[in-house]
Amino acid sequence: METIACPDCDLLQCLPPLPLGGKARCARCGTTVATQPRDPIGRPLALTLAAAIVFVLANTTPLMGLSAVGRHASTTIIGGSYDMWLQGERITAAIVAFCAVIAPGSYLLFMLTVLLAIRRPPAPAWVGELLRWADAMRPWSMKEVMLLGILVALIKIAELAKVEPGIGMYAVGALVLLLPAIMVTFDAREAWRRVAWASGGAPPASGARNATFPEATP
Amino acid sequence: MTAAALSAAQAGLLSCETCGLLARPITRTEPGHCPRCGAVLEWRRHHSIQFTWALVIAAAICYIPANVLPVLVTNAFGKPDPDTIISGVIFLYTSGSWPLALIVLIASVMVPLGKLAALAYLLISVQRGSATSNKERTRLYRLVELIGRWSMLDVFVDTFTVALVQLQPLMWVDPGPGVLFFAAVVVLTMIAAETFDPRLIWDAGAAPGESR
Repeated sequence: METIACPDCDLLQCLPPLPLGGKARCARCGTTVATQPRDPIGRPLALTLAAAIVFVLANTTPLMGLSAVGRHASTTIIGGSYDMWLQGERITAAIVAFCAVIAPGSYLLFMLTVLLAIRRPPAPAWVGELLRWADAMRPWSMKEVMLLGILVALIKIAELAKVEPGIGMYAVGALVLLLPAIMVTFDAREAWRRVAWASGGAPPASGARNATFPEATP
Repeated sequence: MTAAALSAAQAGLLSCETCGLLARPITRTEPGHCPRCGAVLEWRRHHSIQFTWALVIAAAICYIPANVLPVLVTNAFGKPDPDTIISGVIFLYTSGSWPLALIVLIASVMVPLGKLAALAYLLISVQRGSATSNKERTRLYRLVELIGRWSMLDVFVDTFTVALVQLQPLMWVDPGPGVLFFAAVVVLTMIAAETFDPRLIWDAGAAPGESR
């Protein structure tokens, strides 16, 4: 049993032992406070590796091509953002590049490093820092929004010209499935248990009941 | 809520926002850092109400030019034709793809407006010390966090339309100034959702022991 506070309502509660694949909800507000994935390191690691390969494909191959009146044009994800930059909308271009490439890319990179490092606990304290950054990137990684945006753009343009999807498009489709799969199979609480403490102190013996709470460091 | 419900703050404990560890503060005013991950410990997110209000108001101001200014300018046969977000939705509807028109309408018009209204409601109810329907308000907050990203849809639509339709000198599409304001609305409301501390919803009904 571990005592935790709900991140959404701060209620103190004891976590019961969870079955594999189970999850615990806060007794007061219903937020999911803990999950117990079957294989919290191996599965997300395999999925992250796959996603990293697909990510490279999605960013280097053309998303779609367009032919009209005997002329052909194609674009990649970065190409789309770069065109926006050239047209003078630089801030928008930066936001698009961040949400479509930089945030998902760094999320995958951080997760890959974290997952490799925590296979043999205790992982050094900088792994915790990366884990924090991966978490910060998560809301800004908008691959699925981008895919829907591309589809809407395609249908709008299809009125004017012939449009064909490229390899990049299928890669983005695969990423949209892989990214949430990583998040579901990963257990951040298990990862934190495997990271060495920043204070240098040792974590209290696991499973100890009514363990005293550690004191904050200055 | 039972009488036994005790928040970590009432028990004099802090839960780390980064790694979830429960820790004892060094002093009440300066709790210190999390011993496990090293993050700064705070009872509640720093100036949560003020920051969130500032971001919500800024986003509400940007929402006006985002809808009035054109987001795309189509140049075909030498005639520029500006499109706002709403006229883009109408174009999708009249060209026969009403499901897409509905998706864009929800993502670009209803989600940003709903987010602003929801955050304003949460802020006002917390400031007034409301202690009712806490569970529903927490759920509303989680919904705002979850769907906020989808309003970025129109920014992506515009970006890829501009990138593809560059068949100068016959026909090409330029971005309009509205895109920047629209992207600003999405980014500001997403940050606002992150600065709002949902635990404040639950502090109101609790005994004044929060300061213990």
